Amino acid sequence: MRALKTAILSAALALGLAGAAQASEAVHLDKQNWPHSGVFGTIDKAAAQRGFQVYKEVCSACHSMRLVPIRTLAGIGFKDDELKALAAGYEVQAGPNDAGEMFMRPGLPADRFPSPFPNDNAARAANNGALPPDLSLIAKARVGGEDYIYSFLTGFEDPAPAGVNLMPGMNYNKVFPGHQVGMPNILQPDGVTYADGTKATVEQEAKDVSTFLTFVAEPHLDERKQMGVKVILFLLVLAGLMYASKRKLWSTLH
Amino acid sequence: MAQAQASKFKNPLVNWIDSRLPIFTMLDHEYNHYPMPRNVNYLWAFGAIAGIMLVVMIATGLFLAMQYSSHTSLAFDSVERIMRDVNYGWLLRYVHANGASMFFIAVYIHMFRGLYYGSYKAPREILWILGVIIFLVMMGTAFMGYVLPWGQMSFWGATVITNLFSAFPIVGDPIVTLLWGGFSVDNPTLNRFFALHFLLPFVLLGLVILHTAALHVCGSNNPLGIEPKGPQDTVPFNPYVTLKDGFAVVVFFIVFAAFVFFMPNYMGHPDNYIPANPLVTPAHIVPEWYFLPFYAILRAIPDKLGGVIAMFGSIALLLVLPWLDTSKVRSCKFRPIYRQFFWILAIDGLVLGYAGAMPAEGSWLLIARIGTFYYFFHFLVLLPVLGKLERPLPLPNSISEAVLKGGAHAKPMEKA
Repeated sequence: MRALKTAILSAALALGLAGAAQASEAVHLDKQNWPHSGVFGTIDKAAAQRGFQVYKEVCSACHSMRLVPIRTLAGIGFKDDELKALAAGYEVQAGPNDAGEMFMRPGLPADRFPSPFPNDNAARAANNGALPPDLSLIAKARVGGEDYIYSFLTGFEDPAPAGVNLMPGMNYNKVFPGHQVGMPNILQPDGVTYADGTKATVEQEAKDVSTFLTFVAEPHLDERKQMGVKVILFLLVLAGLMYASKRKLWSTLH
Repeated sequence: MAQAQASKFKNPLVNWIDSRLPIFTMLDHEYNHYPMPRNVNYLWAFGAIAGIMLVVMIATGLFLAMQYSSHTSLAFDSVERIMRDVNYGWLLRYVHANGASMFFIAVYIHMFRGLYYGSYKAPREILWILGVIIFLVMMGTAFMGYVLPWGQMSFWGATVITNLFSAFPIVGDPIVTLLWGGFSVDNPTLNRFFALHFLLPFVLLGLVILHTAALHVCGSNNPLGIEPKGPQDTVPFNPYVTLKDGFAVVVFFIVFAAFVFFMPNYMGHPDNYIPANPLVTPAHIVPEWYFLPFYAILRAIPDKLGGVIAMFGSIALLLVLPWLDTSKVRSCKFRPIYRQFFWILAIDGLVLGYAGAMPAEGSWLLIARIGTFYYFFHFLVLLPVLGKLERPLPLPNSISEAVLKGGAHAKPMEKA
């Protein structure tokens, strides 16, 4: 068993290296208690729905979410008819038709969320040269994940701290690398009116949209963890049986 | 003249086949009756674990390849399609991505076990050399696999690593052009990396078969490092070792599952969820964790060609390890001085790995240089010299004597 312990210890040390790779880039994040963290954590669907509202009414003016089909929202509790109605609210380019022309049609749940700009250059031209990143995977594409998104959205300071020389059109943010970001402080108190009556503080909006973006980056998060619990329970029982049989077998050796 | 071989199997079909192609006799001989030293500990399970990980990787990789597109404009999105829309695609991909790390963990433990117990010494030199070649091919396969999702780290990792070859005079640039299939990392690079990433695991499978064949010629080493003297020193592989290895595999899978289901992106880099962009360089380009010690060696040398030679040399010298170690005693249990240097080497590997993840400047660069120096010093100076100077402890007469009587010399290795 000692050898086994050594093996486990070496594996643990080796894995520590991966953490080290990320620690080198850490900034101080305002860490939140997410209902979806931990082994049994699941996405807070009500929060994710509110977060979708924030995305739709605020973020989507500049940010695309090009990898996410509208039907994905079934995972946070949207019903079929709600999805159809929601999708129909978007205009999607289709075609070519019999005359060889592209045309616009109402969206379907199978369509992906339409992007606000036709291409990156158009996005830059409209945003003072800055490219608003696609949000499909943003919760997995930043060190700190949803904590980073929350800290970023609540981390604007206006006016910028003394001694910071902001470039024209830039805004000061505590956690953004370099602290100068093209995006303005967009979340405002009561910037959205939540259908469920939740008070829309900046912190609430940031938390909701971070939950939503975690969901769209990892739509199978709940399913994955639930399967994981079953798999590990199964393996623990199997390991117990294997160990008992091994002990019994080897005890016959003398 | 052409007479079917006699076969001992009762099942007529098995008997018919075996007398024409004695594959069942071979399997029976190699996996039922194969004598394993009875004192092997759980570190000996990591060979079997590594073999199973190779099978897991080939199986998941096959189904991922059915859904993946190896074109720069489609690769990133096709991986996301696997994650979102393919049935259990997220599971396949997370098992494959974390499986690579788990495969390396198993192989690193397997290698350090070989180093500690002197498993590379005569008559197991070819067995060890095949293992080093497997390690090299694994590294190439893993590197090319990491390029396939075509994220930022894929692209920039590929750029940095392929550019290493340009350090060689005269042949360097043509090699890089050949690797790229052009004059920059682009679509032809991705295409050939995908083709090679699909091919190399089967090369690995062949090498693993050779590795196992070489193992079964001289038999497994054991913690005492002395050869079994007869049946009292061994147990038949099946059921004794199959059950013991089976238990170890299940425990290993628990750790594996914990990563796959609860922290699937822990061992990856967030930048790889950003599509590759040749115009934007990430702040820190870091390879996957299993390459970090070698990356630290590469960056520790101030000269590019020197760094590349040191990095490849650090692996190449493992090929001649059986001749660098001059001690006749295999197991560190009986080498009181070398045992301590073994642990320094293990720590050195971890320190180099940590330094490889840090920016190559200031004290981390110094630490990486000290670590690099020790690595080469250990293999090129300590091993040859210690074998001559060190006075090993007396070896037990036989495995069964040491195991059954708890012989005074069979101290647990943690006493070091």
